[in-house]
Amino acid sequence: MSVGDYIRNSQIWRSVFRHPAPTDRRNRVVVMLTNFFLHLHPVSVKQQGIALSYTWCMGGITFFLFLVETITGVLLMFYYRPTLDWAFYDIQALRDVQTLGIMREIHRWGAHAMVITVWLHMYRVFLTGSYKPPREFNWVIGVLLLVLTLLLSFTGYLLPWDQLAIWAITVGSNMARATPVLGLEGPGFQLLNTSGYELITNASDAKFLLLGGRFVGEATLNRFYILHCVAIPLVVSGLIAIHFWRVRKDGGISQPL
Amino acid sequence: MQHYPDITSSVLTGLGWYYLIMLGMNLLWTVRSYKVDGNFKNGVPVATVWAVVASLLMMLSAAHFSSAGSPDTFLIRLPMWFRNFVDANFSNPVIYFVLSIVLFAGMILLREWWTKPTVAWTGLNLSLLFMGLSLTDYDFRQIVGKPDNVPIVAMLFIVAFFTWIYFTRSVDNDRRIAEGRPLFEQENNEKVLVWPDLVYTELICMVVLTVVLVFWGIALKAPLEEPASSMKTPNPSKAPWYFLGLQEMLVYFDPWLAGVVLPSIILGGLMAVPYIDFNKAGNGYYTFKQRSFAVTTFLFGFLPLWVALIVLGTFLRGPNWNFFGIYELWDVHKVEAANNVNLSEWFWELPGLGGIPKGSDFGTILLRESPGIIVTLAYFFALPPLLGVSVLRKYFVRMGVLRFLVFSNLILWMAILPIKMLLRWGFNLKYIVGIPEYFFNI
Ligand code: HEM
Repeated sequence: MSVGDYIRNSQIWRSVFRHPAPTDRRNRVVVMLTNFFLHLHPVSVKQQGIALSYTWCMGGITFFLFLVETITGVLLMFYYRPTLDWAFYDIQALRDVQTLGIMREIHRWGAHAMVITVWLHMYRVFLTGSYKPPREFNWVIGVLLLVLTLLLSFTGYLLPWDQLAIWAITVGSNMARATPVLGLEGPGFQLLNTSGYELITNASDAKFLLLGGRFVGEATLNRFYILHCVAIPLVVSGLIAIHFWRVRKDGGISQPL
Repeated sequence: MQHYPDITSSVLTGLGWYYLIMLGMNLLWTVRSYKVDGNFKNGVPVATVWAVVASLLMMLSAAHFSSAGSPDTFLIRLPMWFRNFVDANFSNPVIYFVLSIVLFAGMILLREWWTKPTVAWTGLNLSLLFMGLSLTDYDFRQIVGKPDNVPIVAMLFIVAFFTWIYFTRSVDNDRRIAEGRPLFEQENNEKVLVWPDLVYTELICMVVLTVVLVFWGIALKAPLEEPASSMKTPNPSKAPWYFLGLQEMLVYFDPWLAGVVLPSIILGGLMAVPYIDFNKAGNGYYTFKQRSFAVTTFLFGFLPLWVALIVLGTFLRGPNWNFFGIYELWDVHKVEAANNVNLSEWFWELPGLGGIPKGSDFGTILLRESPGIIVTLAYFFALPPLLGVSVLRKYFVRMGVLRFLVFSNLILWMAILPIKMLLRWGFNLKYIVGIPEYFFNI
């Protein structure tokens, strides 16, 4: 008996994988049904539905990049303190000192790539008409995922706390000040400032809400850090789960009728 | 001002590698075109042409590797007159936008032509060559070579590639439909087991991506500028690259529209797409003819209005958000005259109207801006019903009132950007409605 067979016949191995290797038809079916990760997929699919030239694999790649971002992101969190004193120097140390510094590169390029792949995924879904019934609602969930992907990237952009970061966020968040009714420089904010009460001030308008202050400062860093590392990823994970569930329930990847 | 690595010293070697990769690609292409319809002889003339191209690329690559000079004096570089010509004639947003519209129209009208493998491949080679030659220019290099901008250059090629796939597959399917043959997606469409057919593809995909990311991470350092300082405002200050299309809209609209209302409408509009597109055809396969209106609208929004504006904002907008040619130095002192006027200013100066009403009470402001307000209200409220009984009657009948109103309003919102651009360029129009007293400018 070879070593491989010995391992595969051990009690430990068989407690993990509850069936023989997927080398024949029966076990290839069983593996899809019993493995937690694989059960995302159906057992069998139409050939054209999984053809690379049809789906471009873009949804899958986006998901994979999300996982890469999660893993590299957790590693980065070990080295990064979101305070004005440390943020910049912790990032600098990643470049100059830390062995795992390349995690930052992978994390940043992965984020750029994810923005691009999520667009391309939407592009493909549109061009194959895959948002048409019965998949309308999954498209809506997709649009939410698109927004959240952009917001993930946007909140992460601030964290290195260099010139590039704060000015990009300043430009972006200046828009919030122009929100109609709720921003101090938006049309109609006077509507809420009638009868002597100043509801909309520079310490209460939409920009203040976003930044946690009047300018991009320590409170902003903290706010964006929590959004970037906890809040948005949690929501995205939930929506991805629903998205995948719906792909299955809506009849799998779209096909000509 | 800028703290990006100057890649001048390594650019010649880099280009050597660049042309070497092009050489490899063209060798594969030569082999591919050698064999036509399974017969080797048919392809000889075409293959010869590509073999010549490949050997030229080989010489190009060798020349770059063996040269020790600087790219500014190297024999193979863009001639100065060409750079000056491009900078002098292509450096304003009007030309840029018009060119992108022309390209867009050509892409749709000539789809049967440019999707042909040889045409598309020639196009790819030409654009790569243009990139390579342009990299010998210092100013071009400084902007395109910024670490954060490299992905955008890659994105351009990737978007072009997938657009090509789409049109190739649609042209093929449209032909099949016309001839009554089954769709491409309906052929060879047996059920297969997910293990191994899908899981192996996924595994390979993951491995390849990991390798790509690691190499990318080694080759290109993530940018890190000076520590943040609220005293020193960089010029230009740019939002993250994926929002630069929105930042570009700030040229034409105030922040409340460009930064808040329009993005919300884009997202709302995207979510509404499945509920307004009543066309049942084209679900689950590539086609252009069966849904030409939907696809054209979407492509128009994505290519000229989103991707092209990002490219414009990233590569062509310099200090003070001025437009710079691709080979032009980003000079902080460049001034562009801006003497734009509001619609109201122009209207009340018309003979016999007696000049613009002055006063800051609400009534006077309303009177002053009434022309613009009427135009705007007419655009959003009178135009949809008019369209519904005329040009878009077909849609109105099939959609019903509510759906049609949503649909036509979304189209009108999408159109305001090009409309405002044209008004600005053609008539120096600043605001259609300008009420700075209430931050309400359109
Ligand atoms: C984090 C972002 C996203 C992830 C991870 C994701 C993932 C996926 C995956 C893995 C699939 C299976 C088919 C494929 O790979 O093409 C899929 C399908 C689908 N996605 Fe997404 N997606 C995301 C964002 C979006 C966006 C932005 C849209 C559209 C606005 C969208 C709409 C859809 C629709 C309608 C389907 C069904 C397509 C079909 O059946 O052919 N998704 N998604």
